Amino acid sequence: MKWETVIGLEVHTQLTTHSKVFSGSSTAFGAEPNTQASAVDIALPGVLPVLNKGAVERAIKFGLAVGATINRVNIFDRKNYFYPDLPKGYQISQLAKPIVEFGSLKINVDGEEKTIRITRAHMEEDAGKSLHEDFHGMTGIDLNRAGTPLLEIVSEPDMRSSAEAVAYARALHNLVTWIGICDGNMQEGSFRVDANVSVRPVGQAEFGTRREIKNLNSFRFLQQAIDYEARWQIETLEDGGRVQQATVLFDPETGETRMMRSKEDAHDYRYFPDPDLLPVKLDESWIESIRAAMPELPQAMRERFQREYGLSVYDATSLTSQLDAARFFTDTVSLAGEAQAKLVANWMLGEVSANLNREEKNIVDAPITPGLLADLIKRIADGTLSGKLAKQAFEGLWAGEGGVDAIIEARGLKQMSDSGAIEKIVDEVLAANQKSVEEFRAGKEKAFNALVGQVMKASKGKANPAQVNEILKKKLGG
Amino acid sequence: MINSSLKALSAMLADKKISAVELAAQYLDRIDALNPRLNAFITVDREKTLAEARTADTRRAAGEDSNMLGIPIAHKDIFCTDGWLTTCGSKMLGNFVAPYDATVISKFKQAGMVSLGKTNMDEFAMGSSNETSYFGAVKNPWDEKAVPGGSSGGSAAAVAARLAPAATGTDTGGSIRQPAALCGISGLKPTYGICSRYGMIAFASSLDQAGPMAPSSEDCALLMNVMAGFDARDSTSLEREKEDYTRDLEKPLAGLKIGLPKEFFAEGLSAEVAQKIDGAIAECKKLGAQMVEVSLPNMGLSVPVYYVLAPAEASSNLSRFDGVRYGHRTAEYRDLLDMYEKTRAEGFGAEVKRRIMIGTYVLSHGYYDAYYLQAQKIRRLIAADFAAAFKQCDVILGPTSPTPAFNAGEKASDPVAMYLSDIYTIAVNLAGLPGMSIPCGFSNDGRPIGVQLIGDLFSEARLLNAAHQYQLNTDWHTRIPEGLK
Repeated sequence: MKWETVIGLEVHTQLTTHSKVFSGSSTAFGAEPNTQASAVDIALPGVLPVLNKGAVERAIKFGLAVGATINRVNIFDRKNYFYPDLPKGYQISQLAKPIVEFGSLKINVDGEEKTIRITRAHMEEDAGKSLHEDFHGMTGIDLNRAGTPLLEIVSEPDMRSSAEAVAYARALHNLVTWIGICDGNMQEGSFRVDANVSVRPVGQAEFGTRREIKNLNSFRFLQQAIDYEARWQIETLEDGGRVQQATVLFDPETGETRMMRSKEDAHDYRYFPDPDLLPVKLDESWIESIRAAMPELPQAMRERFQREYGLSVYDATSLTSQLDAARFFTDTVSLAGEAQAKLVANWMLGEVSANLNREEKNIVDAPITPGLLADLIKRIADGTLSGKLAKQAFEGLWAGEGGVDAIIEARGLKQMSDSGAIEKIVDEVLAANQKSVEEFRAGKEKAFNALVGQVMKASKGKANPAQVNEILKKKLGG
Repeated sequence: MINSSLKALSAMLADKKISAVELAAQYLDRIDALNPRLNAFITVDREKTLAEARTADTRRAAGEDSNMLGIPIAHKDIFCTDGWLTTCGSKMLGNFVAPYDATVISKFKQAGMVSLGKTNMDEFAMGSSNETSYFGAVKNPWDEKAVPGGSSGGSAAAVAARLAPAATGTDTGGSIRQPAALCGISGLKPTYGICSRYGMIAFASSLDQAGPMAPSSEDCALLMNVMAGFDARDSTSLEREKEDYTRDLEKPLAGLKIGLPKEFFAEGLSAEVAQKIDGAIAECKKLGAQMVEVSLPNMGLSVPVYYVLAPAEASSNLSRFDGVRYGHRTAEYRDLLDMYEKTRAEGFGAEVKRRIMIGTYVLSHGYYDAYYLQAQKIRRLIAADFAAAFKQCDVILGPTSPTPAFNAGEKASDPVAMYLSDIYTIAVNLAGLPGMSIPCGFSNDGRPIGVQLIGDLFSEARLLNAAHQYQLNTDWHTRIPEGLK
C-alpha cells in the first residue's frame, strides 16, 4: 500500500517585546534564576495582569503579514492546570476568540509552489522552567521566562512531507524575523515547533489518527522527527496495529520519538474567559498604522527581484530567505547600480555565501559590507578586474585588507589593458609557440585557445581577455 | 471619643486636640481589651500602628492638612499590606507576610490614615457568617451568641464595637452589606471597577469589589474619596474623572423616586425585618421621597447563577495556592502530586474546598455550556432587569438580609440555607451596581437590621445622599452595644 503523510505545525514564537506580556519584568534571556520575576510573574496573592500593547501590536503585524483576519475583539482565556513552573495554576491564552485567524503562507519545494493555510495565531504567556539537574532530589523553579509573550501559530494539516514541513517552518521563521516580531533564536527557545503527524493510504479522504511531536527546536530535528514518526506509524499500521492519539517527544540522540502521554492522560483545561482582562478591542486606525509601517514582505520582494532584475526563482528565493541577506542585496544593488543586480546576486550566492558557510557566520557579521561588495562589482563592470582577479580581490576584502582599489593596487590585480604591453607579451608567446601557430594556420581552432591561455598565463592573468583575443587574431591573421 | 464620626476626628486632629499617636493608642487599648472576646482582628501590631501614627503626626507637623491624615482604620485581611501578615482567613496563608501594598491600602497610606490591623474574615471571603475563618469565628458585638455576618465580619464587628472608627471590606455577593446589616453599621459596595482590585486577594474576580465600612454613610463617603479611583495595574478598573462622594450628601430627599422591587418583599423575608424596612420606607416618605413598585423578575435566579460563576472563578483563582512558592506546604510528601494534594487538603477549609469543587465541575468539559455559559446569560438578564427598573426609579430600596443575625452554628452545616442569607445582595454584584446597607432598627432581641439601597452604575453619590439624609433623621447608626460603651 502507498501511504501519505499529513502534517500540521504549531509554532510558538517568542515575541520581541522588552517586557513580559502581563507584567513589567524584562524578557531578556539568560539572567540569574528568578531575577526577572516580579510579583505578577510569581503570582503573589492579589496581583493582576495588565496586557502589554507591544505584544498585541506584534500579533497584528503577523496577521497582516499572512493576509489573515484580525479579530477586532479577541479574548484571553485561562487554561487551568497544575505544574510547579506555572505560577498561577493557569496559563493566560486565547481559545475561542484568538487575535488572528485564517491566514496563509506560500512555500516552495523543488520548484513547486504550495500554499499552507494558517488556522489561527493567538497570544499567550510562557511558563517558567523546571530545573531538574541542579538540585539533588529536588526540582528548582526559575520563573524568569514565566509571562514571556508568545504567539502560537497553528497551521492546517496542509503539509504532505517533512520537506514541506521544514519549508513551511523556514518560511515562517523567515517571516517572523523579517517583520521583527520574533528574534528567531531556536537555541534559546524563541521559535519552537510542535508537529502533528498522521498517515493515511493514498487516496483516502479521512485523516489518520495523529500524534503530536512536542518542542522541536531545529529544522533538522523537525525533519528527522517527522520522518521517523511517519515511518513508525506506517510500520505500525502495516503490522496490523493501531495508532493512538498521543503526545510524543523526539530524542535527537536516538533519532526516535517516544510516548509522553496518551489521549487518556490529557488534561481537562477548563478554559474560561479570564475575568481579570477585558476583551481586547482593536482600534481600526491602530491596525491601519501598523499596516502602513509594514516592510516589504519576503514573497513580494522575491517576486520583485524576479520581475525587475530578471533573477531566477531559485536566486530570488535564496536572497529573500533572510531579511539581513535581502537587505545586504538591495543595499549593494543601490550602490552598484540596478544594471548590476544580477552580478550582485551571483556574488552573494557564490563567494559571499560560500565564505559565510565555511565560517558559519551570519551576513551581518561578515567582514564585507554592501559598500565594499558594490565597489568590487563596479571594478568588474568597468573592466578593471577580470572575473578571476575579482575573486582574488574578494579574498582581500574578506581578509580585511582595505578598500577594493587599495587591494587591487597592493596585490597588483589590475587588468592589463595597455595594448602595447599586451602586444609585447603576444609577440613573445607567438615566438615561443611556433607549433601552435602552425596548427592554427592549418585550421585547428583549438590552437587559438591554447595561445590565449599562454598569453593570460604570461600576464599572470591580468591581461584583458577581450584585448588578447583581438590582438592575437590580428597577428595571426596578418 | 470612640463614637466620633470621621469628620469629628478629622477636626480634632486638625485642631491638635489629639495627636494621631494618641488616637491610635486609644483604639489599640480598646482592641486589647475587647478583641479577645470578639475575635474581630487576626493581626494587631501596636508598634507598626504607632509608627504609622507617628508618620502622620510628622506629616501634619510639616504642614500637611489632608482631612483623613492620622485617622485610624482597620483593614480586612484580604488586602495585601506590606510587611503585615495577610492571611485571607486561611491556614493556606497563615504564614504569608505580604511584600507589597494593595492599591487601596497605598491610597489610605498616602492619605495618612493609620492601620489598626487586619480584620478577621471568612476564609478567602467565602461565607456569610465568619464561621469559615481558620482563625476562629467572629462574635457579633450586639449579641455574642450571634454571627456578625460575612465575609467582612471582622471589619463589621470591629466598627460596631468601635474598635476602629472605620474599616475596609470587600463584597463579592454581599460581603460588605450583609455584615454591615447584621452588625448595625453602614457599608457601601461601589460600582464594579471603581476601587482597584490590585492587591486584594481574588475570590471571584468579576464580582469582587472593595468598599468602606463605618458607622455612617457620611463616613463612607469620606472613605470613598480616598479609596476610589483608576488604577493602571487593574485592567478592570474604570478610567473616570475623580469624584467627590460627599458632594450630594446635603441634598434633600424631596422628589427622589425609590423603587421597591416586589421580589424583595416576598416569601422568605422575616416579619421583623419586613417591619423595620417598612419603617425606613415611612421615614423616607416623610423626607419627601416617592415610592414606586418595580420588578426584578430574574432575581430568584441570582443565587444559583452566583453559585456557578463565583466558584468557577474561585476554582481558578485559588489554584496559585499550591505550596510551591509561598504559604502553607505539607510537611511530608512522596512526590509532586502528593505535595499538591496534601497541601491543599490541609491548607483549605471545608467551604473553600466545596466551592473549588463546584467551580471545577461547572468549568469541566461537557458541563461548561450547561452551567457556566448559561449562568453568564442569566447574569446579563439580571443586569437588564435592573436597567429596566432604573427607568422607573432613582434608587431601589429593600432588605439587606432576610433575617437579623442568626446564631453561630445555626446554618454552619447547611450551605444552602447559608447561601440564601445573601439572596438580596447577590444580584447587585452580578449586575456590577453600587449598593449599600445602613442600619434601620433592631429585632425584638436587640440584633441590628439593615436596609439596602441599590443604585444605577456610578450612582454612589446619590446612594450616599439618600442614606445620609435618612441618618440625619434617625440615630440607629450612632448606637453602640450596651456592654461595650
